[in-house]
Amino acid sequence: MAAKSETVASEHVAAHPRAGQVQLALVAIALAGLLVAPMFLYPIFLMKLLAFALFASAFNLLLGYTGLLSFGHATFFGGAAYFTAHAVKVWGWSPEAGILLGVAGAALLGLVMGAIAIRRQGIYFAMITLALSQMFFFFCLQAPFTHGEDGIQSVPRGHLFGLIDLNRPMNMYYFVLAVFVIGLLIIRRFVNSPFGMILKSIRENEQRAISLGYSVQRYKLGAFVMSAALAGLAGGVKALIFQFATLTDVTWQMSGEVILMTLLGGIGTLLGPIVGAGLVVTLQNYLATSDFPVTIITGLVFMVCVLLFRRGLVGEFFATKIGRKMGFRSES
Amino acid sequence: MIFGVPLQALMGQLLVGLINGSFYALLSLGLAVIFGLLRVINFAHGAQYMLGAFAALLLLTVGGINYWLALILAPLFVGLFAALVERTMLSRLYKLDPLYGLLFTFGLALAIEGTFRYFFGASGKPYAPPPQLTGAVNLGFMFLPIYRGWVVIASLAVCIGVWLLIEKTKLGAYLRAATENPVLVQAFGVNVPLLLTLTYALGAGLAGFAGVLAAPVYQVSPLMGSNLIIIVFAVVVVGGMGSILGAIVTGYMLGVVEGLTKVFYPEASNIVIFVIMAIVLILRPAGLFGKDA
Repeated sequence: MAAKSETVASEHVAAHPRAGQVQLALVAIALAGLLVAPMFLYPIFLMKLLAFALFASAFNLLLGYTGLLSFGHATFFGGAAYFTAHAVKVWGWSPEAGILLGVAGAALLGLVMGAIAIRRQGIYFAMITLALSQMFFFFCLQAPFTHGEDGIQSVPRGHLFGLIDLNRPMNMYYFVLAVFVIGLLIIRRFVNSPFGMILKSIRENEQRAISLGYSVQRYKLGAFVMSAALAGLAGGVKALIFQFATLTDVTWQMSGEVILMTLLGGIGTLLGPIVGAGLVVTLQNYLATSDFPVTIITGLVFMVCVLLFRRGLVGEFFATKIGRKMGFRSES
Repeated sequence: MIFGVPLQALMGQLLVGLINGSFYALLSLGLAVIFGLLRVINFAHGAQYMLGAFAALLLLTVGGINYWLALILAPLFVGLFAALVERTMLSRLYKLDPLYGLLFTFGLALAIEGTFRYFFGASGKPYAPPPQLTGAVNLGFMFLPIYRGWVVIASLAVCIGVWLLIEKTKLGAYLRAATENPVLVQAFGVNVPLLLTLTYALGAGLAGFAGVLAAPVYQVSPLMGSNLIIIVFAVVVVGGMGSILGAIVTGYMLGVVEGLTKVFYPEASNIVIFVIMAIVLILRPAGLFGKDA
């Protein structure tokens, strides 16, 4: 069955000549939708969705475009949430400075974890990142500034650039939306840069990339730090949205969740992680009121995705004739 | 007194370390056996360990079946369940990137643990050790609870047994040959797909056996395996997956190191194995016993 769908994918379907305009129009519609969405939907829910969409996109930068499966991205997300929350609450920093500290902290953590983990490849890489992030979890459990099980609570949102009051939900929403769009633009730029092209070549054939003279380890580390920093951006923003930072954000379950979002949406597509994050967050919201455990559904979705549609929802759509006519390409 | 620590406390923690090490060794052995042939990192190993403990508990409470029979039946159940999973689902993933095997078994672990949490709650349930193994003996320098001594002996015996099975028997020879070159072994008339199923069942059965052994020591709870499996991953990275013996030795060694850390620097006891993993990766990326670079 898999072989059959692959032959369909390789069948040449030329993109419609005006595919570019169609894509641009879709992006415009999506943006317009996000601008008016808080009139209809609960802003906190939308902000959570945007934060996780950014987190999943940052994760996909590593898995989708470099082929490295990190099982420890909760460290950067949750770690940055702690740094931002601490800076804003205890040191009284402004929100933008707090978020920047979160990003810098996550990048630093990424540098350390990446430098150790890239010494092994494939499955080992996944296991090492998992073990190191568990180590960070225990650190957070014991370090005094995280307040252990309680977490850092009632974090003030403050005034952005000293002007815009983020305690008003609409201001906060548009701030989060702006961060989300900027984050995505950075990812898009990064993926399409020469650096991103080399990362793809490493994903496709690491040996050849080495033989072409690229210092593969340094590119991998660069991608890891970049992905960690962007995950930190999402984590820092998340701390301001919910006004707390807790241990939940640094657990391995959180690392698993971001993998699920990316896998479900489509590894190696820009849109996939966003769609995946939207679905997973909505599902969690929906199940939060029932006593049915989310983990059963999460586990089953994982199994079904791996067995039946490894390209994810967006990836499968891109591989269809309509998707290809619209000029989309499925990366993986 | 040794380095300002009473001998009693030192020996006590050494024993705790040896017991934890027994479970690390059994679990990392199962992981290494599965990985060796299937090239799959079995994330569901912790869940299978938990299944073994629950099987023992349910056999006792529902069927009135005692510990000794459970020690045989529970691993069989877990192995059978694993064989079913391998036949119907996991075997479809061998041709793909090994990462998909990891993701699939991760999902399997979540689904199993979620199901048990739904039906049995998150709290731990006690399982009494068998009457033959209750009580303690006085070793002169410390009291040794008999059950804990049994855990160390039983796990050591099973580890050595599995090692002999793989190194010294004909079945083990097939298994090692199939690890090297499955296509060629199949051409010689060995049923390699069956061998793969048996291997996965064996690895999972070992996890189930560890679960039964653990039931009287720790409480039986749906989450007992998920935190353990991450430590076992670190053990496997330290030992290197290449060698069965390496997995066993590293398991006991790291258990003891962890126990000693509890005596001398308790704050670090949670993370010492991960720190060792990081150091080993920096000095010797292939792991202590690893062959692949």
